Amino acid sequence: MRSIRLLAGAAAILVPILIAGSAFAADAAAGEEAFVRFGCYTCHGYEGQGAGTGPKLAPEPLAFDAFSTFVRQTSGDMPPFTPATLSDEELQNIHAYLESIPATPDPASIPLLQQLQ
Amino acid sequence: MSGADQSKIKRRQFLAGAAAAPAVAAVALNGSPARAQAASVPAVPNAAGEVNPPGEATPLPEGYTCGSDHMVDVLKALDIEYIASNPASTFRSLQESIINYGGNSKPEFLTALHEDSAVHYGIGYARITGKPMAALVHGVVGLQHATMAIYNAFADQTPVYVIAGNSISEWTRRPGAESAHASIDQAQMVRDFVKWDEQPPSLRDFSNAAARCYQAAVTGSPGPTLLVADADHQEEAVHPEHMEQLHVPRMGRITKVGADSGVVQEIADMLCNAENPVIVVDRFGTSMESVPLLVELAEALQAPVIDTRGRMNFPNKHPLNHTEIAGPTLRAADLVLALEARDLFGMVNNLADTVERNAVSRLRPQTRVVRLGTTTLSQRSNYGASQRYAAADIEISASAEATLPYLTEAVKRGAKASFRTRGERLRMATSGLAEATRVEAARAWEASPISTARLAAELWDQIKNDEYTIATECQFQSYWPNRLWTMNHYYNYLGTSGGFGVGYNAPSAVGAALANRALGRLTIGIVGDGDYMMQPGVIWTAAHHQIPILMIIHNNRGYHQETMHIQRMAARHNRGIDRAHIGTAINEPNIDYAAVAKGMGVFAEGPVSNPVDLGPALRRALDVVRRGEPALVDVVTQPR
Ligand code: HEC
Ligand SMILES: Cc1ncc(C[n+]2csc(CCOP(=O)(O)OP(=O)(O)O)c2C)c(N)n1
Ligand SMILES: [Mg+2]
Repeated sequence: MRSIRLLAGAAAILVPILIAGSAFAADAAAGEEAFVRFGCYTCHGYEGQGAGTGPKLAPEPLAFDAFSTFVRQTSGDMPPFTPATLSDEELQNIHAYLESIPATPDPASIPLLQQLQ
Repeated sequence: MSGADQSKIKRRQFLAGAAAAPAVAAVALNGSPARAQAASVPAVPNAAGEVNPPGEATPLPEGYTCGSDHMVDVLKALDIEYIASNPASTFRSLQESIINYGGNSKPEFLTALHEDSAVHYGIGYARITGKPMAALVHGVVGLQHATMAIYNAFADQTPVYVIAGNSISEWTRRPGAESAHASIDQAQMVRDFVKWDEQPPSLRDFSNAAARCYQAAVTGSPGPTLLVADADHQEEAVHPEHMEQLHVPRMGRITKVGADSGVVQEIADMLCNAENPVIVVDRFGTSMESVPLLVELAEALQAPVIDTRGRMNFPNKHPLNHTEIAGPTLRAADLVLALEARDLFGMVNNLADTVERNAVSRLRPQTRVVRLGTTTLSQRSNYGASQRYAAADIEISASAEATLPYLTEAVKRGAKASFRTRGERLRMATSGLAEATRVEAARAWEASPISTARLAAELWDQIKNDEYTIATECQFQSYWPNRLWTMNHYYNYLGTSGGFGVGYNAPSAVGAALANRALGRLTIGIVGDGDYMMQPGVIWTAAHHQIPILMIIHNNRGYHQETMHIQRMAARHNRGIDRAHIGTAINEPNIDYAAVAKGMGVFAEGPVSNPVDLGPALRRALDVVRRGEPALVDVVTQPR
């Protein structure tokens, strides 16, 4: 029951991120897979759209530093993920996946939403 | 008399008199049943009724009737419309009296495939009608099955009239199942969470006990009650003269009790003098009157309303509805009026699921709290259903609905010019909400699995002109129906289970549909796959009794709530969360809910996982529902 989103093209984009002086090319497709494998989707939805269980992560995710700090250090409703269970690379891939998610369509372009007053 | 002959004299003789049953001593109505039953013990012990076929029937003596006919007279007097039941020998006589003597009408017998659903039907039914229907359950084992549903009803302050069979006399019951299904104090297993229970010691005592159970179910803080109807009393042969002496109760009108005028004026003064009074409300909307009453108070005071959705309490699109911006609104409050607030603590505190479990108040320290409602009246020992203790500055144990007309009147008398500017500010705060909600709903619009927002929007498109009820809890769909649809009436949304017992949604939705059928209303249930599989047979009951309902499976292929719990624990234990699906996923194999429903004779669609297919599938299913039948659509969804 993986997502069959219409993002296949975007998912292939490689987003270069600089860490610890070495260039690591974050992989959005691998990130999408990691987003599911590490269970981020359970609280945030498969596209990071947000739900009653966790806020929206995408589109326009937090900048990587803030994103990473939150995931590593959060002590509230979200369980923290240490490097032991989720590597920096995987986290970067996840971030790349979230960055690859296109802008939300304008609700005005969706008739079903327009009729909701 | 031979042993075989003796064994035919089972129950049923006690009112009959010596002439009718020569081997047995006569018993007067008011007399103690001189059970000469030693005589009826078979020489060779019988196997139980449920193992062997029932013995040869001994017809009642000419002109006699049976105790259970009287019980039906009593149920009719209590105006019980339906009795849901899984058939069983401890009430075989009562069942027969209902369908034949009572004409299977008021009460009408509904076939339930499990006692849990028999009771849960009553919850949905009572939410719509405000009155109890009955569930008739087998001695001991049937009641054991029914317990969680009874607990849900209790925790939710909803009246359900439960009747259990029994065979209390060791002399008249048979060995085997009949004995195993007998209990000296059957109600013991549910006593902590029923409002009243009674096991009448004789047929003559049945009527008062039955009336008391009814009265307890609907008075004050409503709740479930248990009446134990002994099989001997049901099967007693009753002489017509004695039948006339048996009392049939009369139920007068039972009213809700409001707060006294002194305290009403006191709260009105507090509300009028507060700078930022806030109304929080949970289980208030129980009748056609309640929602307009709250609108009138909120508008008279120009105060925001935060609805924790234990019921449909306040119109969701009303500009004073601050549910979606509860945080800042509560922080600004200097006075909180909590109406029918069972979990007052949870309404004014945040408690994150962390190791420390530190509660953080959502209120400023000086904010005063007044609680008005019946929830405190339902407090009982032992179980945590009354939630964590929270002190209100003033606690008023009275019906909020009965009190509001007087409170609003007093507020109107004390109204100030400043209310208007406050109201304008409060309306401004919600003016952008509708658009923000639409933007949120647009996210993952094309996603598969289908987003819960898309599911809600597709549904609304097709029901927006109907008088409708969403009869299931909506928190697992991130409250999208409550956020997107227009809800103005108490019946638009029925609230939550109260006891958080999974398996509540599907059967209670069918119960609501049963009540709505007579009112011509459309009933929708959006039910988790886990919840549904607790009682998948409810859709058969709906088909069998032609109860129209659109049952949508919110199919996230798992016990998603629990997946998240395991993730939390795995993360806390620093072990990675990639195995959290073990024991929580409902896949491999996937359940084909449509096939299961079709196998029960129900129209079904699905699994629908492409959002483009959803609208047409819902339309086909709704066509069936509008013709008076149930239909099911299996929608493969995002987790929440
Ligand atoms: C068990 C539920 C759960 C899981 C699993 C989960 N989150 Fe969260 N997440 C939350 C909640 C709840 C919040 C809001 C917490 C808060 O504000 O303290 C949150 C917040 C966040 C935020 C901050 C968003 C913002 O805008 O402030 C980020 C980033 C985030 N999560 C990323 C992730 C990633 C990446 C994963 C997977 C590795 C993940 N989450 C898994 C529940 C979860
Ligand atoms: C009788 C009972 N058993 C187990 C639970 C624990 N529980 C709470 S939510 C939940 C998941 C229910 O699954 P589903 O209805 O599919 O909802 P989902 O969380 O998947 O959206 C479970 C098992 C419970 N509350 N009650
Ligand atoms: Mg589920």
